Amino acid sequence: MTSGRRSLAISRALLWPALTVAILLTQIPLVATLYYSFQEWNLLRPGQRGFVGFDNYAKVLSDGSFLASLGNTVVVTGSAVVGATLLGLLFAVLLDRKFVGQSVARTLMITPFLVMPAAAALIWKWSILDYTYGMANWALSLVGIPPVAWNTEVPALTVIMVLIWQYTPFAMLILLAGLQSQSREVLEAASVDGAGPFRTFVSMTLPHLRQYVEITVLLATILLLQVFDPVAIMTKGTGGSKTLSYLLYERAFIGLEVGEAAAYGVMTVIVTIIVATVALRTLFKVFSAEGLMNR
Amino acid sequence: MTTTTIGRPVTVTRPPVRKPARWASRRARGIALTIVTWIAVLAFFFPVVWMVFTAFKPESQAATLPPTFAPDFTIDRFQAAFDRDMVPYLINSASASIGSTLLVLALAVPAAYALSIRPVKNVRDPLFFLISTKFMPVAASIIPVYMLLQAVGGLDNITWLTILYVGINLPIAVWMMRSFLAEVPREVIEAAQIDGAGLRTEIFRVVLPIVLPGVAAAGLICFIFAWNEFFLANLLTTQVARTTPPVLGSFVDGRGQFLSILSAASTIAIVPVVIAGWVAQKQLVRGLAMGAIK
Repeated sequence: MTSGRRSLAISRALLWPALTVAILLTQIPLVATLYYSFQEWNLLRPGQRGFVGFDNYAKVLSDGSFLASLGNTVVVTGSAVVGATLLGLLFAVLLDRKFVGQSVARTLMITPFLVMPAAAALIWKWSILDYTYGMANWALSLVGIPPVAWNTEVPALTVIMVLIWQYTPFAMLILLAGLQSQSREVLEAASVDGAGPFRTFVSMTLPHLRQYVEITVLLATILLLQVFDPVAIMTKGTGGSKTLSYLLYERAFIGLEVGEAAAYGVMTVIVTIIVATVALRTLFKVFSAEGLMNR
Repeated sequence: MTTTTIGRPVTVTRPPVRKPARWASRRARGIALTIVTWIAVLAFFFPVVWMVFTAFKPESQAATLPPTFAPDFTIDRFQAAFDRDMVPYLINSASASIGSTLLVLALAVPAAYALSIRPVKNVRDPLFFLISTKFMPVAASIIPVYMLLQAVGGLDNITWLTILYVGINLPIAVWMMRSFLAEVPREVIEAAQIDGAGLRTEIFRVVLPIVLPGVAAAGLICFIFAWNEFFLANLLTTQVARTTPPVLGSFVDGRGQFLSILSAASTIAIVPVVIAGWVAQKQLVRGLAMGAIK
């Protein structure tokens, strides 16, 4: 009994430093944002600060840019996650075979995920997708397709493409680990029983991969919901590429209304809490299925 | 008797007749698939190749139509990038990423230990709280962060940037370490406890050696995220504490000129993380899946 209580005290002592730091670093700014969101506060008129109730929220909701941005975030994050997962699955299947240079190919494949996003965005913007000198338009011209002004004509697609390029390796690594964890005997048994490779893949491999796909989608969503770098560097939030992170940045550092910007922040937090609650439940389920939750 | 002697050679000779044909077509399919795989992989890797290739071009051959495939190779642009004071930015990046990674591990390992091996009444609440902070865009609360830092003189200060990176990476590190620690056989710990090992011995002598690869995985992921971080570095640093990611954009002008030096600077900037990721691929996979994959 006493040893149980003592060991509980030790556990708390081990846990609290991390929790305290996390609370200080994430919750204090959040509470301050909440406080600011009820204030009239323009940086040009610092003397006229004061409580204005829900005025800032009314402005945010009537402005329309919040909902537009929310939609953009769903489209950009959603397409990037789906695209990266599908491409990642394709590459995982290709790289799961034994072939000449397998490990070199795998090493090359993971590189895009390791490339600094700011560098990736700049290289894609100027070296690959530039209207005049970009490699993409040059390659298109070889097959007779007229050049595309990627960064200005289809900004959202441009951002999605770069994100898919960076996150396909992420999906591939997790899904490849899933493929390699399949029991070889079961697959061989299926092949002896006369199941073709396609049938084996659909009826055995895909169900086995399910939890790996879930992990991929969830973690990629967490990472991509915050996407900012390619938007700021490549498109500056034009044409459907203005995600919530970029909108918040714009309101906070280009606009001068602190209160209104804070209200945008709070609205974003409310939406993410809703999304996160649903996603987290799935996450816990996945980790419980792995036997990692109930120890 | 005769039928078996006749029948036997038939069944023996048949497979050798069929086998080479089937084997050959299978082989041909295998080679075709290997070629397809390599083309796909190289196409995917191409932007990286092109960046490094462009970094070795003189500026006049960087943006041409058609592209220059046989340039006059030079390392002059790397020199130029270093001459534009890249070193202090790289040092800032290194101190913020290494510093924050060490701090994160120092906090996350004990916390994860409490959450997986030691009994805590409600395991889910702290875990839920930690991971929920990862869903919040950092941008949502950037105004107070900026103002608080301004008030304490923490803008353009590498120590404060390091501390903020701890906040970013701590939740994922706890999650990862928790998964790794959950795999440590219960019996090993119990045996140590029965032997009267103190908490310190239990952690440092018994558990830590087993989960060291996991610690490496968590550290690698934290290092990658911190080294590549752009948003906070861009807003909260200006000169003294400026890290590499927000600096890269200044190597290219608004019309896409000076591509060679941009490519050279980008190549320099990605080298530490790319090498680390290549060397520690196994840790990378385990870390990225937050320990959910063995």
